[in-house]
Amino acid sequence: MTTTVKTVAIASAFAAAFAGTTATTAEAASKEKCYGVSLAGQNDCAAGPGTTCAGTSVTDYQGNAWTLVDSGTCDSIELPSMADGTERKGSLEPLERDLPA
Amino acid sequence: MTDQTEFRAALLDARQPVPDGLLDGHGGGAGKRFSVYRNNVAVSLTEALQTGFPVLRKLLGLGNFDQLAGLYLRAHPPASPLMMHYGAQMPAFLEGFAPLQHIGYLPDIARLELAIRASYHAADADPMDAAKLAAIPAETLSTARLQFAPALKLVRSPWPLFDIWRFNSEAGAPKPQAVPQPVLITRPEFDPIPAPLTLAEAECLAALLEGVRLDHALAAATGPLDLTDLLSRLVRGQAITDIQT
Repeated sequence: MTTTVKTVAIASAFAAAFAGTTATTAEAASKEKCYGVSLAGQNDCAAGPGTTCAGTSVTDYQGNAWTLVDSGTCDSIELPSMADGTERKGSLEPLERDLPA
Repeated sequence: MTDQTEFRAALLDARQPVPDGLLDGHGGGAGKRFSVYRNNVAVSLTEALQTGFPVLRKLLGLGNFDQLAGLYLRAHPPASPLMMHYGAQMPAFLEGFAPLQHIGYLPDIARLELAIRASYHAADADPMDAAKLAAIPAETLSTARLQFAPALKLVRSPWPLFDIWRFNSEAGAPKPQAVPQPVLITRPEFDPIPAPLTLAEAECLAALLEGVRLDHALAAATGPLDLTDLLSRLVRGQAITDIQT
């Protein structure tokens, strides 16, 4: 692309991206942010979740041994030839090159 | 007498004895009361991690996640009272955790969940007004630098990260495709919204986030890139706060 063509392309990309945003901004301005409402358990209160006094002593969540993943959804995600990190990366590289132009 | 180091060590290790010199308020030894407190520390931090990493938890399974949390919270107890950001070392912790090495995308999932939280708690920023664009000479746009809202986050990944996240977050979401999917997070209103990017889009956006000129950022993309589409998504996400020429 020549510099002029590139300049026009970039300018039109901006113009298209910002077209019709005025209405959206006005709409957003009519809403107020509700402060003090954070996701459950994500506040900075010292008395957060889990303040139980069940007296369970040392029997806490610390496991003695790590058991392999069996109950999660890891295995239900089918990533063809992606079970192993290195192998999957190899299979993805051709895909990167084949992205539609 | 017990110093803080001793107290803290016993707090994070149930095999250690109750520190000396702790009283129960009636002049007796603290004994079980310390154990209750010690347990609550572990339980509450585990629950904070459960809340902070819902997709990681679903991927691992509840019991496995709690075991992981027990190990994590002892290796990385909170360094700040702001629990909303607790778990920052989880990606690195997972990378170094041998039993889970075979699931390579877990650290990136943890990165994504941290980024969603960071986006949620980021400062508000006003998006740039469209009227300002009209005042910028077209020929200066290619060398312009963009400024972004603090809530904009980019999580780069060679994994189908967005699809894995959505598959475990939304009912009926399609199965992950075998494509790399970096994730763009914007916060157009109050909640962060993750969306997939192509590698080229992520390369360009990463450069823009570093303050690189637009033409140089476009050159940083190693594949074809639809600039109009990328800019439109950023504008819709209220993520562009200024254009500096």
